[in-house]
Amino acid sequence: MFAYTVRRVLATIPVMAIVALFVFSLLYIAPGDPAAVIAGDQATPDDVERIRASLGLDRPFLVRFGEWVFRILQGDMGVSIFTNLPVTTMIQQRIEPTLSLMVLTVCLAVSVAIPLGVLAAWKQGTIIDRAVMGMAVLGFSVPVFVVGYVLAYIFALELDWLPVQGYTSMTEGFWPWLENLILPAIALGGVYIALIARITRATMLEVLSQDYIRTARAKGAGQRSILFLHALKNAAVPIVTVVGIGVALLIGGAVVTESVFAIPGLGRLTVDAILRRDYPVIQGVVLLFSFVYVLVNLAIDLLYTLFDPRIRY
Amino acid sequence: MASATVLAPNAASPATLPAGVNAAAPMPDVLPPVKARKGLVGFIRRNPTMAVGAFILGVMVFIAIFAPFLGTVDPTALAPAKRTREPSAEFWFGSDMLGRDVYSRVMYGARVSLIVGFSVAALASLAGLTIGLISGYIRLADSIIMRIMDGLMSIPPILLAIALMALTRGSVRNVIIAITIAEVPRVSRLVRGVVLSLREQPYVEAAIAAGTRTPTIIIRHILPNTLAPLTVQATFICAAAMITESILSFIGAGTPPIIPSWGNIMAEGRALWQVKPYIVFFPAIFLSITVLSINLLGDGLRDALDPRMAKRL
Repeated sequence: MFAYTVRRVLATIPVMAIVALFVFSLLYIAPGDPAAVIAGDQATPDDVERIRASLGLDRPFLVRFGEWVFRILQGDMGVSIFTNLPVTTMIQQRIEPTLSLMVLTVCLAVSVAIPLGVLAAWKQGTIIDRAVMGMAVLGFSVPVFVVGYVLAYIFALELDWLPVQGYTSMTEGFWPWLENLILPAIALGGVYIALIARITRATMLEVLSQDYIRTARAKGAGQRSILFLHALKNAAVPIVTVVGIGVALLIGGAVVTESVFAIPGLGRLTVDAILRRDYPVIQGVVLLFSFVYVLVNLAIDLLYTLFDPRIRY
Repeated sequence: MASATVLAPNAASPATLPAGVNAAAPMPDVLPPVKARKGLVGFIRRNPTMAVGAFILGVMVFIAIFAPFLGTVDPTALAPAKRTREPSAEFWFGSDMLGRDVYSRVMYGARVSLIVGFSVAALASLAGLTIGLISGYIRLADSIIMRIMDGLMSIPPILLAIALMALTRGSVRNVIIAITIAEVPRVSRLVRGVVLSLREQPYVEAAIAAGTRTPTIIIRHILPNTLAPLTVQATFICAAAMITESILSFIGAGTPPIIPSWGNIMAEGRALWQVKPYIVFFPAIFLSITVLSINLLGDGLRDALDPRMAKRL
């Protein structure tokens, strides 16, 4: 187990190195002079030169990549071209709303999607199964910002139950915090719920056809105990894996959801950075999100033994 | 003693059965043939999801091609005096804040979404197929290519497309390239997986033993068997690409605002959505229905091409 953990952790290093190399070289893959692109159409030649020097574009590629990685390892992601603030400071200021939104969405999605998937598998072929699977296809098809606007229109504008937009920090109380995040979390959770519900149903169907389920039935175990104790436990590994993979959808969706609901988080920061072509900020946010995504999936890999004690490394 | 029914081992000699036991009716030798209807009606009966998806997608393609003849006006024509009109006989879907006809813009917007969706699906499949074939068949290339793909897959796809778009000037071509790059790693992985299992098949071994050259084996024996899963994947990529395009345009990093794409119409309607929700909702409905139709088509294709999976997902 220990050897596996070490190997698995070490295996993320080349992955992160390639992410870093890609994020760093984005600037050079793009056609045209990156300094001129960042400066925009109204820039003077002086502006372009200043940006070129501040990004260190006048020195060799590998030297700069080495220096950049070294600085990042020390927690220095550079300085924003637009605000002149360190990128790490800007990320720290914006991380709470995004983290709140994501954690809430994962909790919501898991607690809704898994029961739905189990229900669909149990009632396979019935109208309930079809309804759940139909909703899943719909969840995959309606873009997150459309769900966001529809929800905001119905529950905030028409019914006036929840605030339309904005964010309140958790330090100002639990309800004000939660109130602002309910609609964004539902909107963001749509695709995620669809994904988890589908995989839950598929794995459950597979498990329910196994001999030990028939044995459980034969010994007289109740329906609920069969579904949630005997079957769901054995279906846990693929479901948990998809919960991890789906975090990529959440990260992409958060960028849009935060724009719709005016939440001042990392997604909003990304959008602003793109509109201003604030390259160090874009690099920092992409790197951070990718790192989180890799870490989440690493943690899930290492936790497999918890969900299925039969797995031994 | 209760009478019981058993299947007679030999229906011709019922006399050997003990008293009180009745022989069941013998099974017919051949089950009556299931009548399969031929032609279009039969196809629709057998694949209702695919038929519905294909029909709606067909309507959208029709709209995209014949947009100028569907009672539309110039989608970029400004009419400041008639701005933000409610839907009426003159403006079927209302007019936006510059007085442009939302109906015409939505009809023309179908072109951008469909072109982006189809192009990305085609390009990503082609690139993914090539990379997957090379990686699955050449061991040396495999470890390098798959490390790069692992790295790319660690960046959430929407974020990757956003980062790529941040560096280039918005154009339909650049949007297509950015989304394609974000989708290729997943396709490559899929194709590689199929190739790895195929090359262990006896018929491939037989071809190797018979002295068939490697390129011939790849093209004649491996390639045709990757096409079914690839086609299914391509439809889902098409759907995902249309959503990503709308997200990119929506946050201002996609097609230039002058081009009426569904994402752009929604981005422009955003500022007014609380008072004039129809500007956002009409393109949203068209986008959702189109993506839904492609997802239905993909689900139907998967069920038809892989009957083993059909029951499960």
